[in-house]
Formats: sequence, structure tokens, C-alpha cells
Amino acid sequence: MNEKPRLLKILDILTLVLILVAAGLVFFYAPVEKVMGLVQKVFYFHVANAWVGMLGFTVAAVAGGLYLWKGEKKWDIAGLAAVEISFVFFLIAIVSGSIWARPAWNTWWTWDPRLTTAAIVELIYAAYLLLRQGVDDPDRRARFSAVYAIFGFISVPLTFISIRLMRTIHPVVVGSSDPSAQGGFSMIAPMKVAFFFSLFTFSVFFVDLLWHRIRLGRLQDKVEQLRWGNHRI
Amino acid sequence: MMISVRNLVKRFGPKTVLHRLDFEVGAGDFVGLLGPNGAGKTTLLRILASLSRPAAGRVQIAGYRLPAQAAQVRRRLGVVSHQPLLYGDLTAEENLFFYGRMYALEEVKTRAAEVLHLVGLYSRRSDLVRTFSRGMRQRLAIGRAVLHDPEVMLFDEPHTGLDQDACAMLDTVLSEIAARGRTVVMTSHDLARVADLATRFDVISRGKIVASGTRQEIGPDNLLRFYRQAVKSAEGEV
Amino acid sequence: MSRFKAYLRALGAIVWKDLAAELRSRELLSSMLVFALLVILIFNFALELDIKARDTITAGILWVTFAFAGTLGLNRSMASEKDRGCLDGLLLAPVDRSAIYFGKAIGNLVFMFIVEIIVLPVYSVLYNVNLFQPGLLLVIFLGSLGYVAVGTLLATMAVQVRTRDILLPILLFPLALPVLIASVKASNGFLQAIPLAEIMPWLNLLIVYDIIFTAIAFMVFDYVVEE
Repeated sequence: MNEKPRLLKILDILTLVLILVAAGLVFFYAPVEKVMGLVQKVFYFHVANAWVGMLGFTVAAVAGGLYLWKGEKKWDIAGLAAVEISFVFFLIAIVSGSIWARPAWNTWWTWDPRLTTAAIVELIYAAYLLLRQGVDDPDRRARFSAVYAIFGFISVPLTFISIRLMRTIHPVVVGSSDPSAQGGFSMIAPMKVAFFFSLFTFSVFFVDLLWHRIRLGRLQDKVEQLRWGNHRI
Repeated sequence: MMISVRNLVKRFGPKTVLHRLDFEVGAGDFVGLLGPNGAGKTTLLRILASLSRPAAGRVQIAGYRLPAQAAQVRRRLGVVSHQPLLYGDLTAEENLFFYGRMYALEEVKTRAAEVLHLVGLYSRRSDLVRTFSRGMRQRLAIGRAVLHDPEVMLFDEPHTGLDQDACAMLDTVLSEIAARGRTVVMTSHDLARVADLATRFDVISRGKIVASGTRQEIGPDNLLRFYRQAVKSAEGEV
Repeated sequence: MSRFKAYLRALGAIVWKDLAAELRSRELLSSMLVFALLVILIFNFALELDIKARDTITAGILWVTFAFAGTLGLNRSMASEKDRGCLDGLLLAPVDRSAIYFGKAIGNLVFMFIVEIIVLPVYSVLYNVNLFQPGLLLVIFLGSLGYVAVGTLLATMAVQVRTRDILLPILLFPLALPVLIASVKASNGFLQAIPLAEIMPWLNLLIVYDIIFTAIAFMVFDYVVEE
């Protein structure tokens, strides 16, 4: 496992190519949106970032469930990897959301359900990381964080629904025609291509990063093992 | 065998505390488990008490496997740790009532009174445990542990923090328990405390039982030498 | 004795033990209560609670108060088990671990109710609003239930962690957010006499939250106490 797997090398290159193509599509293929202008370009990566954030959240909860079920260390490593990656992506999603919100709604921050839920997910991630920091025994740390990841994963849809029950101004771009949503726009075909391509690209990017982070986690684990001299036993 | 442990491994993260430990106790034996600090005494006892899960190996108590049949084991097990596991804001009697209900005992009140007599606290039964001295608490802790009349008793350093008188009283209670034919495992790093009570001595060092001998085999005055030799040779190995 | 009866008896014993001990020391309840009243007092000065403002933010103030006081109680109740090693005593009993969870949760819920039952009339008198409405009491019941269901489990985790005194609110608040939002909205609805049909979604949300989280806490409690 010390040698970087061939497949991972290929995935690295593929990710890089995909990102370049996605950027090309977003900036040169998709037309500039009429009302909002260039700032609309944020949208392609904003949604993709948020998507990766939620993907990681799901992976963390599934890994948590598997850890509790099987008790295998690798699921703990995978859960932490997913949370760490998603933490960063979600932060980018929130910031890019703000950049979008400024021209669209004339404010940096709105208490819209998705934006607020994103912020709360970020706080759950932060709590998850703080919880891990406070536990010394690795097994207990793994069990606690698995439980917390599952709890967080289940609470988020409920949080979203409860905020949604209050009013929303977030544009529902895909698959809805809510007239009250301001700042919305209809996507024409090239935009859709760029949009879904970005989603795909970021998903691959996520898998690539996750793989790297899990490898790192396993190496860390090995170093710990060696430090305690368990290799002799 | 009342207690049978084979190839027991316990890890705390990267640190291995018990290395394929084997340990057996026959019915009615009183085993003194000796060892320096950090040898794995408490860890072994916590695993036997079903409070901690083994990473590998087979643990069997009174014919039941741990952790699979933990409920059956717990019913037959009395545990005294260095913490008394008592509630300060309840009276001595109430503490026993509480634990009696936790163990689903039928005649809780009669049994509690019996036990209070046994540990010599009947006259203080309505006093809050908060007001008890360390020695009284420890005696009540033993009362709590024998409440459901367990076949196997585990004592983890029961003498810690007790003065001479309290120790003597504790020893009386302990020898009474032994006289009733209970299987007892008691840890200590203080040899003098177990020397008079135990029928067998096992020395644990670095997560393994490194020596074992009955009182007759070792001889009454050789315990200290036996212990030192065992620890020394075990540490020399590494 | 049947297994189920033994289970209920152990569960009842834990609740009885917590209440009996608390009745003597009153440590937990008195600190929760004093804290709750202080929170209300601070709100009074921070928000200038004139009559107009009162109508709209009473529900919010009440729930923030309950949530803060609740965290205090949850932490204390589990810490007292952990500190004296009594958690081990509970775990040694031949009873399913979930009995410990439900026992502690019911005890915590009772403490929270007691605080709420005292805070309500005090608030009513101080601000001249009638808070004793069946609808509001129902919301308080459902909201506290969900809060305690999650809180008891997280407090059990938090007391086993190095940073435990600060950790519980950080763990609990983001997860309890749906409860708090729904409780505030539903309480506000009842206080402002909004038609029941508009309050129902919030009540439904509370019920769903209570059921889901009690069930999951029941399933994972073992993993939180074992070693």
C-alpha cells in the first residue's frame, strides 16, 4: 500500500483534465447570462461544491454505520476523510453562495433554507472534528464520531424542512418554476451541459481526494502502530 | 473452570495492553492477581466484568461466553472497583434497594437488610452515603457487589485509600466471602494485602501472566521473592 | 420475573434513583432554575421587552431559556454518573443497556418539565401573558422530549470526552435545531392564536423528530457506553 496505486495515478490525471474541461465549458462554452452577467458563472461551481459537501456528508454517515456494524478501522478513516474534504468544499460553497447572493439578492447573506442549512452542516462538521479532538482512545473516538455522523446526517433534512417551512428566496433552478424565487433564471442547453459537467467533474474530484485522504489516514495509522512497536507482535 | 481466558488480546488504539493472555480460575479459588502499575490488571478485570470488550481471544465465565452472553455473566458477577459505585445522595439502604432492582431481585428489602448486617453497616442504614468514611463506603461497595449473591467476585485494589482499621475490617468481610466458597479474583500491587487471603497467586506483567503458584507451592514467606523474580524475568525478556 | 418486567423495573429504578437523589440535594434543579431565571432577566434588558415585542418573541425567549437550562441539567446528570464511576455500576447490571438510556432520559425529562413548570408562571407574572394554554403545553412536551432524547445520548458521549464541559452544547445545538425552530414556531402560533391548521406542520415535525431520534438513540446507545 506504500506504492501509489496505478488506478489512483490515472484518476489524478483524469480529475485534472476534467477540471480543465469543466472550466473551459463554463467560461467559453456556456453563454453569459443576460441579467446577471459574469457573476452567474459562480453558479456552476457553487452548486458542484455544495453537491460534493452533501456527498461527503452521506459518505461519512454510511461509513459511520458500517463502522458500528463491522468495527473495522478503515470505516473510521473513510468517515473522517469524507468529513474533512466536505468541510472545505462546503466552506467554498457558502462563500461562493455569498458572492452570488450579492448581485442577485443585493445582500451577502440571506437566511434562506439552503444557505442556512449549509451553514448548519458546516457547524455539525466542526462539532464532529471537535469531538474527535477530545477523545484519546482511538476506538472510542471512532465509535463516538460514527454515532455523531449518523445523527447529523438524519437531522439535516429535518433542519432543511423546518427552515423551508419559513419563506424562501433561494432560486430553484433545476426542475421547478417557483415564480416567487427571485434571482432565478432558466438554463439554456449549453448552460445545462456546463452545469452537469461540473457536477460530474466535482464528483470525480471528490472521489480522488477521498482516496488520497484515506491513503493518508491508513499511513498515519501504520505510523502509530510502528511507534508502539506492534509490528513485532 | 469458573473463569477461563484464552489468548486474550486487548488494545487501546495502537497500544496493546494484553498480549494473548491465558488465565484460569477454578470454582472456589481465591486468586491474588499481582503486578506493577500498568501491567494490565485493571484491564483484565474490566474485561472479566464485561465492561470492556476483548479485541481477540476467548473469555468464559461460569460457562458463559463474553461478550456474547454478557447478561448471564453479569447476573453471576459481583464487582468491587476502586470507585465505590455508590450514590452519595442516597442512603446506604436506598443504594442497595436501587441495585437490587437493577438485578431484578425478588425480596429486595430483606436481602438489603441481610447484606447490611454482613458488612456491619446496619445501624447506619438510613444515613446518606455522602457522610460515610472511605472505609464505610468500601464496605457498602462490597455489600452492593454481593447483593445478588454472585458466584464470582472481582476486586480491583479494594484496599486503596483505606486506613489500617478499615483495611482490617475489609479483610474480615473478604475472608467471610471466601469462606462461603465464592470464586474470587483480587488485584493488588501491595503484596501484604493479598498474602493472607489468596489461595493462589498470579503475577501479571506487560499484559501476560508470567508466573502462577498456589500458597503451598510458594510458601508463606517467599511471596515477595516469587513476585520480584517473576516481574524481573518478564522484564528481562523484552 | 419475566424479562420485560425486569427491564421495566430496572428502568424505573434509575428514574426513582435520580429523582430521590435530586429531591435531597436539589443541586441540579436549583442551578437549572436559577440559570433559567437569569436568562429571562438578561433577555429583559437586552431586548427591551415592551408589550408589542413581547407578543412576537415570548416563544423564542422561552425556548432559548429551556434549551440553555436543559443543557446544564443534561451535562450535570450524566457527569454525576461518570465521576463517581456509577456508570460502571449501571453497566454491570444484567439488563439491556437501553434501559439505562431510557431511565436517564426520563429522569432528565422530568427535571426539564419541573423547570418549565416553574418558569412558565414566573414569566406569566413578570410580563402579564397567559402561558397556560393546552396547545403551548403540548408543544413544550413534544419539544422537550426531542431535546432530551438527543441530549441524553450526546451528554453520555460528552462526559467521556476530555473537553466535556464545553462540548455538549456544541454537539447538541446544531442537531437540536429542528426541535427548537419547530417549538418556537408552534409556541408562537398558539400564543398568537393562529389557526391550528397552520401550526400542524410544526407539530408534525416535532413528532417525527421525537420518534426518529428516540429510535436511533435507542439503537446506538450501546456503542456510546461500551469500551
